[in-house]
Amino acid sequence: MATVASDDAIVVPDPRETVAARILRILAKAPLNLLLIVIAVFWLVPTLGLFFTSLMSANDFANFGWWKVISHPHLSTWNNYSNLIHHTSIPQSLWVTVQIAIGGTILPIIIASLAGYAFAWLDFPGRDWAFIVVIGMLVVPLQMALIPIFSLYNHLHLFDTVFGLILFHTAFGLPFAIFLLRNFFIGIPKDILESARIDGASEIRIFLRLILPLGLPAIASLAIFQFLWTWNDLLVALTMARNTQPLTVAIFSNLRQFGSNIDLIAPAAFFSLAIPLAVFLAFQRYFAEGLLAGSVK
Amino acid sequence: MSSPSISAEPPYAGAPPDGGEPGRGRAYLVTAMFLAPAVILLAVWILYPLVYTIWRSFYDRSGNNFIWLDNYRTLFSTDTTRTAIKNNAIWVAVVPALVTAIGLVFAVLTERIRWSVAFKIAVFMPMAISLFAAGVIWRIMYQQEPSRGALNAVVGALHDDISPPGPLSDAFPSGTKVTGTPSTGIVLKTPVRPGSVALLPLTGIPPDQVPSGSVQAKQPAPKAGAIAGAVWRDFKPGGGTPGKLEKGEGGLPNVTVVLKDASGKTIGSTKTSADGDFVFDNVKAGEYKTSIGSATFRKPYGGVSWLGSKLINPAIMIAYIWVWAGFAMVVIGAGLAAIPRDVLEAARTDGSTEWQVFRRVTVPLLAPVLSVVFITMLINVLKVFDIVLSVAPSSVQANANVIALAMWRTSFGGVNDFGLGSAIAVFLFLLVIPVLALNIRRFRREV
Repeated sequence: MATVASDDAIVVPDPRETVAARILRILAKAPLNLLLIVIAVFWLVPTLGLFFTSLMSANDFANFGWWKVISHPHLSTWNNYSNLIHHTSIPQSLWVTVQIAIGGTILPIIIASLAGYAFAWLDFPGRDWAFIVVIGMLVVPLQMALIPIFSLYNHLHLFDTVFGLILFHTAFGLPFAIFLLRNFFIGIPKDILESARIDGASEIRIFLRLILPLGLPAIASLAIFQFLWTWNDLLVALTMARNTQPLTVAIFSNLRQFGSNIDLIAPAAFFSLAIPLAVFLAFQRYFAEGLLAGSVK
Repeated sequence: MSSPSISAEPPYAGAPPDGGEPGRGRAYLVTAMFLAPAVILLAVWILYPLVYTIWRSFYDRSGNNFIWLDNYRTLFSTDTTRTAIKNNAIWVAVVPALVTAIGLVFAVLTERIRWSVAFKIAVFMPMAISLFAAGVIWRIMYQQEPSRGALNAVVGALHDDISPPGPLSDAFPSGTKVTGTPSTGIVLKTPVRPGSVALLPLTGIPPDQVPSGSVQAKQPAPKAGAIAGAVWRDFKPGGGTPGKLEKGEGGLPNVTVVLKDASGKTIGSTKTSADGDFVFDNVKAGEYKTSIGSATFRKPYGGVSWLGSKLINPAIMIAYIWVWAGFAMVVIGAGLAAIPRDVLEAARTDGSTEWQVFRRVTVPLLAPVLSVVFITMLINVLKVFDIVLSVAPSSVQANANVIALAMWRTSFGGVNDFGLGSAIAVFLFLLVIPVLALNIRRFRREV
């Protein structure tokens, strides 16, 4: 049956398709294309709306919608942005966010690749059980740690510090990071590792010279995830800091007067999403791959 | 890759090269070094808190009195937390299924277009944005006045197409001889007979809403066998006398006037001219009512109250689905790409319709991927937090409460009850335990 079917399949695309038939075929797809265009617009418009809103004065926001800025460009102004940079604490918040995101990306990658290598290629008693514990931790809600870590941070003077926030993000990023890297490392051909061991290379040398370079694609995915996750966090910073405000918290504290603070909220929100968006667009291939590798989370 | 191909070497298995007890000890030391940082962090930041929070949930607010399950009793009997649990249950029932379904539809549809990469980037893009910022984005979309909120502008445009706003949406009757309200229509109190004149004065019309083309109103002349009348703006600078047609008062053109007989049956309708005059010719003897229908006074569309207490939950869910649909689409799309083409082709050449292929072949083959997406979304939805804070104005946040938000508010948002807060966290943890078990089972099957 299969052969018959495939024979048919080969004959079906007709090389003598007439122009009329071709037009019909394209027309038949028109509704689908139209529908998907509408959907794509629906997905793009809200973000554009934020951008155009960020160019409006709070007064204008109270009177008309952001789309009027498109037809009346004279209504747009960069004042909100220059005000944001010169007269608010947003640049400081941006700096806090940058520190958290960079620290919260690099630290878990280092720690998780070490552990991931141990779980993948080093033999030790209870290894599978320990890994099961890590998998269990994948879904532990952050909320379980807020109260004890809040108290702990107050004792250790880590409350309201960038370092404290980085450590929190590192710890909660680890289960996923270890899971992802271990699964990737275990796919590295055994021969390579064993021949290196026979050559007398130390485990640290193998880790640095073989595992890290070979594991780069997985590490790249992980880096993007961790970066987005720490950059976009609100809950942890809201709980574990007061004056050390990343962008999200700074915006949050202005949210109560949404309308009158919109000239600060909108540009700051656009600020806060422009960078992860750029990272995403630049590395979206790794992002999708990491998503597929780790969508068990 | 430059793999040194020494694989022809004799097979090698087991412990580090030097073997023996001291070597093994050193190997463990190396292993410990690799694991130590992760173990310390996981132990201090996840394991210890896990135990502490469970233990703390049995103590009261002060932390001194062991109260056994009282916090859990409070959790299920207080309005705030009950609303949170109820809302979260709705989230769980609606959102994961919807996200999975939308992802599936998008993944299948994009396979048929040439610009699928562009489409995927557009839908996937919100994944990079924080849920918090996504909430701000949608709060702007949800502004109520159609002139400000994009969503209501679209809804309003459709709405005005079906029932356009009336030309005199602010008008109301003037003087004592006309009665009624803008929502029911305005009617002359006394019935009119053919040969007499019906005067319908209106007021409350701001100058910029006077219909264009309006000229000085003129007193209509009575006409035998006909009912004549006028509709005018019963106001002039200085006020004027209500109910009296005076110089300086403009007629209201294009107003639909309806004539009904004593039984309430509509005899006819007509439109006023530039000076506000109207005439019904050839009217049989009898008493009639003249009125202006409510359509004339229909208010322009006011907008759906997305951020009001009734719609706030669906509104937040829409924003959340907007963020996560791309995730579902990409994961399901990858699953779809892994289905062998010839399986689908075989089904098609066997005469199955596209729908049958989709239902009978594609979906069953995708089942594992669909369940991964669904479960991932289930966990995400249980922990939903940021987007609620940013979409919901503070006045309706109580209506939009969810478990994670209730936990934070109880513990850090002013109440500062670590006992109850811990109980809420434990409750949340209990809800994800089935997924935790599932993950572990899946892993053990793989090994």
